[in-house]
Amino acid sequence: MLRIDDLHARLADEDKAILKGLTLAVAAGSVHAIMGPNGSGKSTLSFVLAGRDGYEVTAGGATLDGADLLAMEPEARAAAGLFLAFQYPVEIPGVGNMTFLRTALNAQRKARGEAEVSAADFLRLVRDKARALAIDAEMLKRPVNVGFSGGEKKRNEILQMAVLEPRMCILDETDSGLDVDAMRLVAEGVNRLRDAGRAFLVITHYQRLLDHIRPDVVHIMADGRIVRSGGPELALEVERGGYADILAEVA
Amino acid sequence: MGRSEPMAAAGARPAVPPLPGCPGWLARAREAAGRRAEVLGQPTRRDEYWRFTNPAPLLAAAAPDPSAAGPAAAGQGAAASAFAAIAALRLVFRDGILDAAASDDPRLGGVEILSLAEAARAGWAEDLYGRLEAQGQAPVPRPFAAANTAGAGAGLLIRARTRAARPVMIVYERSSGVSDAILHHCVKLDAGAELTLVEVGTGAARLSVVTEVEVGAGAVFHHVRAQGPEEGAVTASHLFARLEARAELRSFTLTANGALTRNEAFVELAGAGGLAHLAGAALGDGAFHHDDTVFVRHLAEGCESRQVFKKVLRHGATGVFQGKIHVLAQAQKTDGYQLSQALLLDEDARFLAKPELEIYADDVRCSHGSTAGAIEAGALFYLRARGLPRAEAEALLVLAFLAEAVAEIAEPDLARAVEALLGDWIGRHRG
Repeated sequence: MLRIDDLHARLADEDKAILKGLTLAVAAGSVHAIMGPNGSGKSTLSFVLAGRDGYEVTAGGATLDGADLLAMEPEARAAAGLFLAFQYPVEIPGVGNMTFLRTALNAQRKARGEAEVSAADFLRLVRDKARALAIDAEMLKRPVNVGFSGGEKKRNEILQMAVLEPRMCILDETDSGLDVDAMRLVAEGVNRLRDAGRAFLVITHYQRLLDHIRPDVVHIMADGRIVRSGGPELALEVERGGYADILAEVA
Repeated sequence: MGRSEPMAAAGARPAVPPLPGCPGWLARAREAAGRRAEVLGQPTRRDEYWRFTNPAPLLAAAAPDPSAAGPAAAGQGAAASAFAAIAALRLVFRDGILDAAASDDPRLGGVEILSLAEAARAGWAEDLYGRLEAQGQAPVPRPFAAANTAGAGAGLLIRARTRAARPVMIVYERSSGVSDAILHHCVKLDAGAELTLVEVGTGAARLSVVTEVEVGAGAVFHHVRAQGPEEGAVTASHLFARLEARAELRSFTLTANGALTRNEAFVELAGAGGLAHLAGAALGDGAFHHDDTVFVRHLAEGCESRQVFKKVLRHGATGVFQGKIHVLAQAQKTDGYQLSQALLLDEDARFLAKPELEIYADDVRCSHGSTAGAIEAGALFYLRARGLPRAEAEALLVLAFLAEAVAEIAEPDLARAVEALLGDWIGRHRG
């Protein structure tokens, strides 16, 4: 589904390479985890894939179902089925959470040539999915992420994912700032969405999220590339010995 | 203030033109205002409150021709239709003249509505016409308002004795190319009365409108204006209001387009426990200069005032905000708030702000803030990453920026009408 091929990218303002030849293939139905120390380029990878300004791809490429992801505008990537759950979800005062969700869903549907969802159908759709994430009516009415706690923001990201039903989900450090209960809610939300047609790329610093979202493949990222890949046991190795042991071994 | 030139607010007409059927008190008020205007003289760029705004288009011998800037009726329809669903009593002024045939029957439960030509039947207006304007000349002179009091050819005298059965809506229309109009309204709310006044439209190529409002004890006055949307029009408006104890004033102004708009407000909280909220949303693209000059004076204890003014500017448009909260020594427990913000959609747009606090009481809470900035890149990316096309995401963020000002409109159906106009404007000014 997602193929990343020898991707090189740098910050546009500074002459600083961050991704240095990253190659990765995520098949439909699978969950891949990317683990790595701070500064290894994990968040940059998610932003480059989602199309944020400020990064320059200097070599390599990325495709989603064969289509050149990097040539698309961010909104086209979303309509094509890519979703990034932000590490730091953005607060948008003045835009109601429901309005935002419905506008986003209908924009994507329109881009795919599908009919818009009526207000009544949308309400039903959101209510069910919100309940499962313990998001109440009050939170849906409030402006997007404004005054939300860290856990509420992350649950709101997962709600968006559940409503938009993307095929390729990237979770950027979704576990950061979560307590145990919030982590369980978020993980359950993700697990409910797992199916044969959908893939996940879970970016995390710690192993603990992977206790709840069991990955099929674990990659260790360092200095802008994947240095080791393996099964779920690789995450446990990180937990036991930290990154230092693995990196020393690779070097 | 330059004192060499006599004041000629609108073209080369006499300062105090004759007004048929004018009762003695009104004639005296107009003469006094004529003398006031002469003493004040014409404003110049050197005057403290005209540094950011060139008064020349308001002083020019002839009104501009807005049709040179764009098709006349194009936006007029949008403004009228946005408010079409409001069940109001409508009064139509075309090119500054009351069009009785196009207006509703002015009889309204709880309210007395007369035109300025019927002033002889509105003796109560003697205590209002030109009085609040005259009081509002210090400490900052407002020469166009004095000239208006002297020269207004039409207007409305509205007195709410109890709760008005329906809102009163003044519809301003412009038919001829270079109409130059002066309108003067007086609004009096008796103690405990309630009235909603809506003003919609451009009204004239050049319009001077003064509204004097007295809000009696415990009375509630709601005021919503939609200025525009004609590109080349020039407008000077003044709102003078005086609030008695526990009275409420909520005034919101939407301005879309217009070559020059100067909106002055002078509000005095004269009785304890009063509340004055003034808000505005201005939208300008290209040849647009918009100036809010707002002065709120706290004279009594325990009053609340809010100023929330937002401007969206692009392609060389200029926004000006001059706002003051003036708290006198006796006005303890004052709660004053002032916010002025501009969203600059490109690097050609300009925002000039002069927020002022002048406080002589020691037990007050007053705050103010002023910002100018572009659309936040992080928010824009977040929306696009969820699938909103850039133009749609920007439009949503522009509306979000204005939301805080629109939220000051107390009546939901009027707020929806304003939102519809905002959405319409943003839709036509993308990219």
